[in-house]
Amino acid sequence: MSDSIDKTLQSMPMAKALNAGMRQAMANDPKVLLMGEDIGKLGGVFRITEGLQAEFGENRVLDTPLAESGIIGTAVGLAMRGYRPVCEIQFDGFIYPGFNQITSQLAKLTNRNEGSLQMPVVIRVPYGGHIGAVEHHQESPEAYFAHTAGLRSVSPSTPNDAYWMIQEAIASNDPVMFFEPKSRYWPKGEVDLSGPAAPLHASRIVRLGTDATLVAHGAMVSVLLQAAELAAADGISLEVVDLRSISPIDYEPLLESVRKTGRLIVAQEASGNVSVGSEIAATVAERAFYSLEAPVLRVSGFDVPFPPAKLEKLFLPDADRVLEAVDRALAY
Amino acid sequence: MAETENTSPATAVQILSTDGTVAPTASAEPYLEYLNRLTDADHEQFYRDMVLARAFDTEAANLQRQGQLALWPPCHGQEGAQVGSGRAARSQDHIFPSYREHAVGLVRGVDLLGIIEVMRGTTHSGWDVSDPSNGNFRPYTLVIGAQALHATGFAMGVKFDGDTATGNPETDQAVMVYFGDGATSQGDVNEAMVFAASYQTPEVFFLQNNHWAISVPVTTQSRTPLFQRGSGFGIPSVQIDGNDVLASYAVTAKHLDDARSGGGPQLIEALTYRIGAHTTSDDPTKYRTQELTDSWIARDPIVRFEAFLRGQGAANALFESVAAEARDYASDVRKRTHAIADPEIGLMFDGVYSDDHPLMIEQKQWLEQYEAALGGGAE
Ligand SMILES: Cc1ncc(C[n+]2csc(CCOP(=O)(O)OP(=O)(O)O)c2C)c(N)n1
Ligand SMILES: [Mg+2]
Repeated sequence: MSDSIDKTLQSMPMAKALNAGMRQAMANDPKVLLMGEDIGKLGGVFRITEGLQAEFGENRVLDTPLAESGIIGTAVGLAMRGYRPVCEIQFDGFIYPGFNQITSQLAKLTNRNEGSLQMPVVIRVPYGGHIGAVEHHQESPEAYFAHTAGLRSVSPSTPNDAYWMIQEAIASNDPVMFFEPKSRYWPKGEVDLSGPAAPLHASRIVRLGTDATLVAHGAMVSVLLQAAELAAADGISLEVVDLRSISPIDYEPLLESVRKTGRLIVAQEASGNVSVGSEIAATVAERAFYSLEAPVLRVSGFDVPFPPAKLEKLFLPDADRVLEAVDRALAY
Repeated sequence: MAETENTSPATAVQILSTDGTVAPTASAEPYLEYLNRLTDADHEQFYRDMVLARAFDTEAANLQRQGQLALWPPCHGQEGAQVGSGRAARSQDHIFPSYREHAVGLVRGVDLLGIIEVMRGTTHSGWDVSDPSNGNFRPYTLVIGAQALHATGFAMGVKFDGDTATGNPETDQAVMVYFGDGATSQGDVNEAMVFAASYQTPEVFFLQNNHWAISVPVTTQSRTPLFQRGSGFGIPSVQIDGNDVLASYAVTAKHLDDARSGGGPQLIEALTYRIGAHTTSDDPTKYRTQELTDSWIARDPIVRFEAFLRGQGAANALFESVAAEARDYASDVRKRTHAIADPEIGLMFDGVYSDDHPLMIEQKQWLEQYEAALGGGAE
């Protein structure tokens, strides 16, 4: 971003922030390369890599054959050879043909080599709902990967985080699952080019409150902020924590918040059964038991496959569903 | 764009040259007997099928632009490959489509409003394959290549059941699976061919090489003509001009019969072209030239077949009546699309499991009460 040296604050959507972050990483390190379906000439179906092939060439931005196992498996080999591949999975629901390479190979190779082999591979996954699309295009599969030892998993919720976290993920020597909330690709936000806001795995309090704590990652953070705004009008003060990283989870800011408010509501688009929210609920119950005034409540997608688009508004937790849980928590 | 190096149609089976004259290639020789069985009425039917499919496809794309559908994947340009192969299948055969086989669905008797419903977002399937009126045409699969394995497993079952290779082509079953040039790179498709060859399934792999997988040219998937891969698996394979409905019909009919009579799996690569965008969300100007598309528009399967029919002496009245029928059909699709009701809450929970599941009961009840308390109901 040579044109912005003296202009450190820029307003841009997350899509552009990711593009700028990857451009920066590619400019800094010739071993960083991008690979995926339709990411070159087309710039990806979400245009996140727009212009990067033209700028860096076909050996840095690869329009791959149509095979997710192939993309991940060859990224593993490229990493063995000293590259830092950034793979794009076209949509959340299409990651599964690559699941074996991610969970059995990418996640385990460092361990198999007793720490002597690094696997600096980033897998970018546009995920989540709110876009009215057909089957396999709106899923939230992050729990599978958060569950897998050897992988790190993060999800930015703002353009600024997207810009910095993608660079931090690429700089990581471990594999990073990078979940991009696709419904947040286009709203603009301020990006501070002067320096990273926080370490890759830090959680962050994004709104202060006193009556209850809300926590989420990705697109759900904006739903929580909306809920907190609505609650404020009713005189209820809600604190909102943006998790940013779902593996590892940075618990301290969250626990501190819960010690203050005594109540926690975890929200996620993903189905609730055996989810990231379940893990947070259990950990907070373990570590902040005596601070809790109410059980930790989860607000999640239902335990069904993501439904046809016309039902997505019923499936996805909205501010009202979050506030319904807040009411229940406050009733204790 | 370098897209021709691996798709040279030099040996591709062709019956009709692009101007509609009957000029079978030497490679068409084994298939000619299948053409002799066709009557004028069959020819007219092929023409009607292709025109109706295109009218449907065009109408659906319009409906998407007007906000009625989330998305539309057009089959424009592929009607010859689809109608020919679809008509070649016998009623007892089983069809595993990908997501662009609208014309195959049409000829198998599916009410295509079901495809509209899928793309509108009111259902994941749109039609019930267990209803015999749907011609054993299974619901679409959107994950690239997955259906190839399903077709192969199904065909293994057909064989284990003894419902094939009894010597009676009127009842012996075969399975046909459709997939694209991009799909040939997926493990699932390659594994399907391994299993098919290993178990000698009664199955035809029908590959529509429309030259593109979204923005990626077929040359990225393969440096050799795709049909040649079949022989590596031990599968008899042939390449056809997919914009020649007669070639598609004859070649598919023969290979389905070979498969149903104990000959094992077969692969057909139909060379065709995706004239439209990948879907209505796509912008092909980013990755291909209009000149290239125009060169394929000049090989339009419907125009070619109309020229053939005219050469056979078909009267104007035929073309006029088919055009009128297509207009009526499209306007009926439009009307019925506007009348599609939004789904109920139950759709989300009721079909997830076959047997009772406590979470489904609990969560459906919770949501119904929650919605009722909001005073809403399903939106
Ligand atoms: C496993 C998987 N990965 C990616 C996608 C996204 N996607 C949808 S269609 C498509 C291209 C398919 O090309 P091809 O197989 O040639 O079929 P065509 O669309 O040309 O009919 C891609 C990459 C998908 N649906 N499934
Ligand atoms: Mg294709």
